[in-house]
Amino acid sequence: MMGTRLLSIQKVTKTFGGLTAVSDLDFQVNKNEMVGVIGPNGSGKTTVMNMISGAFKPTSGKISMGGKTLSTMPASKISQAGVGRTFQLVKLLGGLNVLENVTAGAVFGYRKRWGSDAEDFAMEMLELVGIEDMASAPIETLTYIDQKRVELARALVAEPKILLLDEWLAGLNPSELTVGIDLIHSLREQGITVLLVEHVMDAIRSLCDRCIVMSSGEKIAEGKPAEVLSDENVIAAYLGGSDA
Amino acid sequence: MKKGTHLELTIVLCVLAASIFWPLVVNGYWLGIGVDAMMYIALATSWVLFSGPTHYISLASAAFFGVGGFAVGLGMSDYDMSFWSMLIISAVAGTLLAALVGVATLRLSGVYFVIFTLGLAEMIRNLVSWVQNNFLGSRGLYVLTDFNDQHLFWMLLLTTATIYITGWLISRSRLGFALRIIGGDETVAKHVGINTAFAKIILFTTTGLFGAIVGAIIAPRWSYIEPNQVFSPQLSFFVVIMALLGGSGRLWGPIVGVVPFLLIWNWVDANFPSQSILVLGLAFLLIVYFLPRGVLGRLEDLYVKLKKRII
Repeated sequence: MMGTRLLSIQKVTKTFGGLTAVSDLDFQVNKNEMVGVIGPNGSGKTTVMNMISGAFKPTSGKISMGGKTLSTMPASKISQAGVGRTFQLVKLLGGLNVLENVTAGAVFGYRKRWGSDAEDFAMEMLELVGIEDMASAPIETLTYIDQKRVELARALVAEPKILLLDEWLAGLNPSELTVGIDLIHSLREQGITVLLVEHVMDAIRSLCDRCIVMSSGEKIAEGKPAEVLSDENVIAAYLGGSDA
Repeated sequence: MKKGTHLELTIVLCVLAASIFWPLVVNGYWLGIGVDAMMYIALATSWVLFSGPTHYISLASAAFFGVGGFAVGLGMSDYDMSFWSMLIISAVAGTLLAALVGVATLRLSGVYFVIFTLGLAEMIRNLVSWVQNNFLGSRGLYVLTDFNDQHLFWMLLLTTATIYITGWLISRSRLGFALRIIGGDETVAKHVGINTAFAKIILFTTTGLFGAIVGAIIAPRWSYIEPNQVFSPQLSFFVVIMALLGGSGRLWGPIVGVVPFLLIWNWVDANFPSQSILVLGLAFLLIVYFLPRGVLGRLEDLYVKLKKRII
């Protein structure tokens, strides 16, 4: 399934002191595609997300989206260029209520809205993720899955060109997981381009068009989830090969 | 810090308007208290502009205040400038200094920011003393004007009203919302598209501008300007403690905090002059421990509790 190329990661390397977290990574994400990044803990998946969103700068290599070089921009500019994300450990804004937390994503990002326009659209996003009843609740009172929903709504409300989900399904119990997977499914039906880091293999199988497998900072496989997950190298990486 | 409502604006402006009459009904001691109170309300409100939403505790108030006061002294004493032109120059100097500090402290947060701002204020104090002793001749700087406490009170009142209205407008703007997001989580702020550096510098600069103006206005009251006095670090701590006592979650928190603190402080200072710093420390502890969100925060909690009980 080849569409128009949206995001491209070219020869990207990231080192922290002497440690190479990501090494010479290459991959593309096409428009309307849902791509998974998987791999054992410490394989550099979150670092890739952080480099795309601008939390870190790559040590070398280039990340670009639709002709714009993202890898030289600060995070705020990358967000304005149309990259939305959630965080591995949920980051919400204490002291602000649910609706304000979501509205925060609407005002300064890719699509800018303000005032009642922003709040109305934030409310729509809360409906989309299914927590419109909690709009005025203090953020501290939410359960874990609801906090994750708020974060997702905050990313969606800017109508990003690409959405980065960093282990969005992690930490959910089995019934929440079903709800979560359905929710991401609904995004894909709307044609949103998603890059997701995930450990939940069921989710990868049912959601992704393609996935990229990382181990020790390198890409070791890429392809359809079913094929990739039966790849010998991938199994070795997960189940105790040399570098697991 | 929450978005200001029209009701809040109306009430605060009414209170400020009513206080126009204060210098007409009292004089001497109580007028002096009034000037002190208005000075601290102005300083603490401008402190809350930046530190309220961002939770960055700045101890640089004395630096801006001192720059304002010292500039007025220097200009009027040595360069025959008028008070009004020096007021404008003070404002410009305070703004530039704050912009510089803002740029320098961009990467600092938490306790590092606190220490940096305190160190900076102290450094400026010592630097100004040194320059004065070595290059300006150790002559004192005199600020001789026809202003009395009434005039100063009204000028400070006007400044306070300006600060409050500015802050109220900011709290309802994109910039104000951006600052609340920064206060919530700076990483999130960057990732939702906020130029955090720009937002912080703009607000910090506003704080510096108003701090310098207040320092300039109060200069005629002292007549004789001495760096150790106008750059006194105690002022920075006073501003923080008063803002926290009132509650930095609302722009009008300082109004609630300044008056009781000042009255208690004056009583302590008059009766136990050598223990007054001890009392200041104690007050800090008590406020942080028992009123972490200030008097207003406590009142809000009570209100919520009452509402629940009634429903």
